[in-house]
Amino acid sequence: MEQFFAALTLSAGYNTALVCIGAALLGAASGAIGVFVLLRKRTLISDAVSHATLPGVALAFIIAQVYFDSGRSLPVLLFGAALSAGLGVLAVDWIKTHTRLTEDAAIGTVLSTFFAVGMVLLTIIQSMSIAGQAGLEGFLLGATSGMLKSEALTIAVAAALVGLAVVLRMKEFSLLCFDESFAAACGYNVRWLDRTLLLLLLGIVVIGLKTVGLVLIIALAIIPPVAARFWTDRVPVLVAIAAGIGASGSYIGAALSASAPNMPTGGLIVLVLFSFFVVSLLISPVRGILAAALKHYRFQRIVHLRQGLLAIAHDEPVLEPLTRSILRRGGFMGGDGQPTVKGQSEARLIERDQKLWNLYREMHPEESHALADWSLKPIGEVLPADTVRVLEQELSPHVVRGDETSRGGAA
Amino acid sequence: MDIFLQFDLPSILLGSLAALACGLLGNFLVLRKQALMGDAISHVVLPGIVIGFLFTHETSSWAMMLGAGGAAIFAVLLIELIRRIGNVEPGAAMGVVFTTMFAAGVVILEQTGTAGVHLDVEHALYGNLESAIWLDAYSLSDLWNWQVLMTLPESIKQLFVVNMLVIVFIVLFFKELKISSFDPLLSASLGFSPKWLGLSLIVMVAIAAVAAFTAVGSILVIAMFICPAATARMLTDNLKAQLFISGIASLSAGLFGYLLAAFGPGLLGYEFSVSAAGMIAVVAGLQQVLAMLFAPHYGVVMRRRRQRAHASV
Amino acid sequence: MHDRSSSGLHLLHDTDTSKTVSPQDLPFTVQGMTVAYHHKPVLWGVSYSAPKGCLTAIIGPNGAGKSTFLKAALGLIPKLSGDTKVFGAPIEKSLKRIAYVPQRSAVDWDFPATAIDVVLMGLYGQIGWFRWPSRKHRQKAMDCLKSVGMQDFANRQIGQLSGGQQQRVFLARALAQDSEVYLMDEPFAGVDAATEKAIVAVLRQLVADGKTVLVVHHDLETVRDYYSHILLLNGQHVADGPVETTFTAENLQKAYGGRLASTQLDGLSEASSA
Repeated sequence: MEQFFAALTLSAGYNTALVCIGAALLGAASGAIGVFVLLRKRTLISDAVSHATLPGVALAFIIAQVYFDSGRSLPVLLFGAALSAGLGVLAVDWIKTHTRLTEDAAIGTVLSTFFAVGMVLLTIIQSMSIAGQAGLEGFLLGATSGMLKSEALTIAVAAALVGLAVVLRMKEFSLLCFDESFAAACGYNVRWLDRTLLLLLLGIVVIGLKTVGLVLIIALAIIPPVAARFWTDRVPVLVAIAAGIGASGSYIGAALSASAPNMPTGGLIVLVLFSFFVVSLLISPVRGILAAALKHYRFQRIVHLRQGLLAIAHDEPVLEPLTRSILRRGGFMGGDGQPTVKGQSEARLIERDQKLWNLYREMHPEESHALADWSLKPIGEVLPADTVRVLEQELSPHVVRGDETSRGGAA
Repeated sequence: MDIFLQFDLPSILLGSLAALACGLLGNFLVLRKQALMGDAISHVVLPGIVIGFLFTHETSSWAMMLGAGGAAIFAVLLIELIRRIGNVEPGAAMGVVFTTMFAAGVVILEQTGTAGVHLDVEHALYGNLESAIWLDAYSLSDLWNWQVLMTLPESIKQLFVVNMLVIVFIVLFFKELKISSFDPLLSASLGFSPKWLGLSLIVMVAIAAVAAFTAVGSILVIAMFICPAATARMLTDNLKAQLFISGIASLSAGLFGYLLAAFGPGLLGYEFSVSAAGMIAVVAGLQQVLAMLFAPHYGVVMRRRRQRAHASV
Repeated sequence: MHDRSSSGLHLLHDTDTSKTVSPQDLPFTVQGMTVAYHHKPVLWGVSYSAPKGCLTAIIGPNGAGKSTFLKAALGLIPKLSGDTKVFGAPIEKSLKRIAYVPQRSAVDWDFPATAIDVVLMGLYGQIGWFRWPSRKHRQKAMDCLKSVGMQDFANRQIGQLSGGQQQRVFLARALAQDSEVYLMDEPFAGVDAATEKAIVAVLRQLVADGKTVLVVHHDLETVRDYYSHILLLNGQHVADGPVETTFTAENLQKAYGGRLASTQLDGLSEASSA
């Protein structure tokens, strides 16, 4: 515990501090890029990207070892990882566009086949009995213990660069996610933008391999944006929150793993991130489930109350049990199921309101469809007074029709 | 011969049976556009397996199977819950759940010190195909000898049972699986609840995943769920034929993958050995690539040729 | 003339004679159906009872909730309030008496199934759990394909059929279901003239056999030729009844508002006076 707090406050040694800062930058960058991948509805492509790094890492190791005797050089390994991951993305695209198979099957094929090739190469490395291969296993689940200073620095700088690139391209990415064809009409090369997005994602995956490991790195690009989505509907805010969640989750996770060297860093980071997700899911006042449930309850009440009152106004029986109980609780209906005096007068008000709303829909169909509060709130609260006045004037010559209705209802 | 029977045959059987169980079920995952559910399930079973193991302290036990099945159901419900009440896109919901559960599995594994003793994450990822041996077999006639057959490794017998289960499941529910995959609305209105059928499919997937998991590892389980079905999908438009072809593709991946891994490097004059489980998945992937390119009707090459013929007319 | 928010009592009476009919004779009755997407009402307190043995068109502008009405009535999507009765019984218990034909875009046409496979699916309810279709069932499916003129395509993979042919296969499947009430979601969308004719013939045959048929329809020009009754929706129940009395310029104006050009309205109402 002491060690955890030491790591958390950056006082557990230079290396640990560097690793934690690197992880935080990585989390921020991946959270930011993940937002656009999520909005593009391509979340799981990151799964293919991460698994497709393995053959590249292994091959780079073999080549570097055999020809240059420097297999453990992190930049070389990451370069290999990036190449094979890029190939994986292209393969997913190719399968999707050229065969009848759908994207999910394409992703699954690529991730498993590439990973299998990587595994075969890893077993070759094992039987080659070269020194220094032990580090490779860290790529699977992430290991920050024993990370070199230069490695930690590389990761931190690279993550910061990718994060910067995302911020610089934010406007274009937002446009791409919001309306692809509009972006194209604005003169942006959509295909190229998509590629850039995936390239940045790929960058994050590759950089994160060492810290989080390839199996779990995708969580860094998935969980923070999904959690952030509960807090806001605006893209820049979303990016900021996702980056914040990603950064703090990764930072805490890395600090935890520094205090417990046996624990896989990736696993800890993911669990911390998940706890952020759960908190967001539950308590966010914007889209959290408690808020949503409350909103739904209120909405349901409004609808049932209004329909119950309309039924009273039209002299119809109220059959729905929920409507009856809401009417009773509001004092609009007696225990015998008969409307009270209060209910009668309120029903007449609502009936008139509904007529105005109906007239509005008839006169301005497009606007009324776009209106979220159509026939949910009293019309005077939603529409400007002069519009309502026009509607009322329009309605008054038709007062006769009201009588017709009650006759029709009782016929 | 006895070396083949004692060392190679058990591994081939293990790999092929694992491939078959997953490959058959994979057809329905691919058709339901849930291919990545296989991926998710093979990750989420890890915590279930670990917990099952903690209870019994036995690898390849039915407790692990039970834990995995429970974990799979839990994951499916959690994904549904997050998707519905959180209004999260399905792919993202799946991503959140399976990474978290896998992470939990990894952490429990390390925390309880189970790691390194009997179970470890590398094994979970790679499997341990080569460990299957059948020391009681000496001659081909032993293949017909019930008593000797019963001395086959536990994991093979388990996979055999699981394969039987899978086949019975598919034969029994063929019609129901078909309609609920093609048109869930109609399926529901005829009284075949797509929800329950979907859930039972996932449970079968979890059972197959766990049985295959100890043999070939989790990532290769994914390959077997997708590649044979995708291969068959390129070759036919008939569901029964698709199931049949995917079965053949699974078995051949198991057989040739193992043979390639065991004898390939030697034939090429190299000393090293390669992961048989990895090779099986690679062969499955290669079969799929061949099918995608050269399938008679849907293959890319044939389609190009047809287009060209069309254009020149 | 009913106000369009009126819901209820008149349903329980035969529209023409005011003679009370028992609920068991009403094939398809919806009470106070309200559905919302993202807290925005799409259908608002719709009540409706389909006339037995009639061919009814559900019409209304885009976004009027026509497809939503069918789906919510069948319980396929969540609703805020309202319930559906089929011959007086709750819908959940009478799904087998209803055949629903979804929009063509609702399924994956690349699915490994042939035309006859899809028609056979309509019989699965009669076949029951675990059992495989017998030759008798295949024969019946073939008959249904014949009645939509698709017998020559029985073994064609469904993705290789034209849009119109796919729609006919869907129709054949509905026939195979042999229900009492048919709900169809835009069967005429994007089909060729020959298919349109074939579909109309099948719909008429169904009605002649005493079935009750409800069809979501888009083309106002053909309403008068094809249907005997209409249900006009615009988020709410606008009007329903026989075409002659209900398919009027006034009602259309109410449902479509400014979306229908006055010349269009004139054309349609002229037809109504003719």
